[in-house]
Amino acid sequence: MTAVLVRRLIRLIVVCFGISLVTFLLMHLSGDPVSMILPEATEADRAVLREQLGLNRPLIVQYGSFIGRVMQGDFGQSFFHRTPALPLVLERMPTTLLLTFFALSLAVATAIPAGILTAVKRYSWIDHLATITVLLGQSMPVFWTGIMLMLLFAVTWGLFPASGWESWQATVLPAVTLGTFQAPLFLRMSRSSMLEVLGLDYVQTARAKGVPEWWVITKHGLKNAAIPIVTVIGLQFGVLLGGAVVTETVFAIPGTGRLIVRAIGQLDFPVVQAGVMVLSLSIVIVNFAVDLIYLYLNPQVRIS
Amino acid sequence: MTRQLPGEDLAPFKLSSQRRLWRKFIQNPVGVVGAIILLTVLVGAIFADRFVPHDPERQRLLARFTPPFWAAGGSLTYPLGTDNVGRDVWSRIVHGSRISLVVGICAVGISTLIGVTLGLVSGFTGGRVDSAVMALVDIMLAFPQLILAFAMVAVLGPGIGNIILVLGITGWERYARVVRAEVLALREREFVQAAHAIGVSNFKIIFAHIMPNTFSSVIVMATLQTAQAILAEAALSFLGLGTGRTYPSWGQMIALGRDYISIAWWISTFPGLAILLTVLAINLVGDRIRDVLDPRVV
Repeated sequence: MTAVLVRRLIRLIVVCFGISLVTFLLMHLSGDPVSMILPEATEADRAVLREQLGLNRPLIVQYGSFIGRVMQGDFGQSFFHRTPALPLVLERMPTTLLLTFFALSLAVATAIPAGILTAVKRYSWIDHLATITVLLGQSMPVFWTGIMLMLLFAVTWGLFPASGWESWQATVLPAVTLGTFQAPLFLRMSRSSMLEVLGLDYVQTARAKGVPEWWVITKHGLKNAAIPIVTVIGLQFGVLLGGAVVTETVFAIPGTGRLIVRAIGQLDFPVVQAGVMVLSLSIVIVNFAVDLIYLYLNPQVRIS
Repeated sequence: MTRQLPGEDLAPFKLSSQRRLWRKFIQNPVGVVGAIILLTVLVGAIFADRFVPHDPERQRLLARFTPPFWAAGGSLTYPLGTDNVGRDVWSRIVHGSRISLVVGICAVGISTLIGVTLGLVSGFTGGRVDSAVMALVDIMLAFPQLILAFAMVAVLGPGIGNIILVLGITGWERYARVVRAEVLALREREFVQAAHAIGVSNFKIIFAHIMPNTFSSVIVMATLQTAQAILAEAALSFLGLGTGRTYPSWGQMIALGRDYISIAWWISTFPGLAILLTVLAINLVGDRIRDVLDPRVV
């Protein structure tokens, strides 16, 4: 078990370095970062800035310097806001994480019970309805879902605000939008996982012994079906964060995603770098935590 | 002509097997419906000019915010209404399908090329090459594709070529992983051992003998990933990071319509339905292809 943990930790560190390398190279993809900072300056002025920022040094030296600064939380100054980039990103992260958490909770609360129900009532009208729902849900762009919900519940019926994040009512439409983005996958996963477990011998034995069906499903079936479901939920955190970026733009929510999108429009690359790195590292840490939970839940992996 | 070695399975590429697979495909009406919808979208995209009554970029301010033909104030001249500058929504939707399909197909082509090649080499070679490729896969999987795509578009700038490139190089890791897993199983098979024994080069073993046996998984994945690429392109266009203003795109239309949602709901609704229908059709076809190529499914 210790060996497995150490291997996972080493992989985590390698992936973190990989993320930092990709994030570092982003600035250099277009050629000259100084041209982005001073697009209308003379070549002499650009040369001076290049020397000041150390951009005339070999790339590997620049990367080393970048890592050193990142370890101290220094991603440079935002070109647009004229303040350090990382605090701008971090102060908005709680909003993004809250939105993601609400959406995930909503998706899990609806999709898991629905998936279990469709597994128990296989080939019934409930199962067919769920199949159609999954297919439609996976085909809808998340931003379009948000706009349609906004049209119906905010513009037409006036039940919820169309934008913002000031009240609990304002969180409903964004959370539902983002939740419907992943709920179809969770429903499909929980259905297929439950079907697999309910077909096993020990479940048939429990039924033969006269154990009530609801006890068979919840006590015997769900416990083992939960392992892959929990893993998938955790691994979809990254996809949800991507969806959160778009959802924040639709509903004008002051989160990290919206900050990154605006920074892209403003060519504010220190903020883009900081935002991409923070979001990616969050995903890596969550995936690592999911790995640990999976190791804990699945005794076969621990033993092997 | 490829020399077939004992135990090698090239079944999907024999004519009688193709006919058998086709018959299996058309047995399920859902897959057929998906294929018909997809074919309609493809034909519409290729021959767009013949299916639209207006130039998609022509502005008619006197006709701005015309509702769909069935609503009060609507007319069959603009069957799905017009936008804020009087452009015909139907014409723009049909032309926009070109962007979505071109980006989806080309991006998946790039991802498949990179991913399959790396998966083959990594799975067959093993050792440090395999570890390095899998570490790269882990790193790429750590980035949410959309966020990495945003960041790359920020640097490269919008444009259809850049979008295809960005979506292509941010989606290959899934193919690499799947193909590698298949290769790990295939390289122990007798036909590979036999090829080694008679002195066939590793290059030929990988690309002539092992690769065809991974086509089933790759085809299914590529079909389903095309749907994801179309959704990703629409998201990028919605955020203003898409193909630029040269071509109408569904995501751009939805973004434009958002500002007028309270007075002109159709501007955002119909492009979204177009995306939904196209992606649904691709998913249905992809699911059906997966069942057809799975010998366990009758």
